[in-house]
Amino acid sequence: MATQSATRSLSLEIITAERIVLSEEMVTSVRVPSAEGVVGILPRHAPLMTTLAPGELIMRRGEDEESFFVTGGYLEVRNNHIAVLADASERAEEIDITRAEEARNRAEAALKEKRDGAELAAAEAAMRRALIRLRLAQQARRRRGSSRA
Amino acid sequence: MPSIRQLRRRIRGVQNTRQITRAMELVASSRLRRAQERVLASRPYAERIRQVINNLAAVSGAQELHPLLQVRPVSHAALILFTTSRGLCGSLNANMVRSVVRFILDRGVSVDIIAVGTKGPALLRSVGLSGSVSAEYRDLGNYPNLADILPISRSTIDGFADAAYDEVYVGFSQFVNLMRQEPTLTRILPITPDELDTSAVRAFQQVDYIYEPDSDAVLSTLLPRFIEAQIYRALLESIASEHSARMIAMRNATENAEEILGDLTLTYNKVRQTAITNEVIEIATAAKAIAGV
Repeated sequence: MATQSATRSLSLEIITAERIVLSEEMVTSVRVPSAEGVVGILPRHAPLMTTLAPGELIMRRGEDEESFFVTGGYLEVRNNHIAVLADASERAEEIDITRAEEARNRAEAALKEKRDGAELAAAEAAMRRALIRLRLAQQARRRRGSSRA
Repeated sequence: MPSIRQLRRRIRGVQNTRQITRAMELVASSRLRRAQERVLASRPYAERIRQVINNLAAVSGAQELHPLLQVRPVSHAALILFTTSRGLCGSLNANMVRSVVRFILDRGVSVDIIAVGTKGPALLRSVGLSGSVSAEYRDLGNYPNLADILPISRSTIDGFADAAYDEVYVGFSQFVNLMRQEPTLTRILPITPDELDTSAVRAFQQVDYIYEPDSDAVLSTLLPRFIEAQIYRALLESIASEHSARMIAMRNATENAEEILGDLTLTYNKVRQTAITNEVIEIATAAKAIAGV
């Protein structure tokens, strides 16, 4: 029955201020980096509102897995619908490696200068984002390589 | 009567102008299309955040204490003003600045203007209000990212939290349609949840949410992002307005050039014909004179 199958899957939306990154139905499970640690969400999850930390969001549909980079933001689960409002988000395959490397180098330089509290925190956050982006991009590249082989 | 050579030169000049204005119209129209897409793409985010903030603010009264929701008596306001940095876009900037001047006079409090784009400050200077411009940001280009407005939003949020400003507005040309751009002034701080949509709030209250870490923390993450989203939207709208205004201005300029070209060609032909007629008459008279001798 349609209603039954609907409660056995999730819909997932990832929205940023610039665009809708993803809007997907029939999702089996989602793993998100919440501010309190990684949260796994399955169908019929309790209503939830939480803040996000920068990290990897993994969407699973049956056997398929897709990886997304998300920075901070907000997540809401209700009625098997997951809404992610992220500051920035992209598919792991879409990550611009050169840009991420540049960002890492910039952050490194800023950290070396050791300025006051707020700037230091900003540089550290930028560093974290750059490192996660790089890691996800490399994972995505490896996955593509192995599927071709 | 201008000489043939003068006319020919003017015709060529007008033709060149027409070529340029036509090219500018085409450039503006293709940029407009992209700008419009970006305006549309930015809407879902702002709408969702607005909904959640409304719901959260209605559910618990504790959030009234959040610094960004505090309504204070106003003695000092800030206005983030978006204008263009390039001209040739009709009366877009003049209309915007006119409504800003009216706003400053009506509001009766001191207003600090945070300007994005150079035309705004220039026009304010011409009406003697340059003293109110407290910060100028350089032009953010045709395709700005959210990251480009973060310094602006951060400094205004800080200014509001430190009580340097009691209210913050954004002023931008809202893109209504190709022919109409509406100068718009919206208050973005303090954030006041609208209480109209009570049915949605009631539906929300019936859901037993888990908050992590707690509802205040969720609200604190969303409020500054809502400000960012609104400033970003204002920027995108004003870019779309700029391109549509320029497109129309350039289309009118092209049409005017065509009209002038028509008039000039007519005059040119008349002058040329007169010259030929005169020559023929001269020859004929000369021939007659010789024959008569």
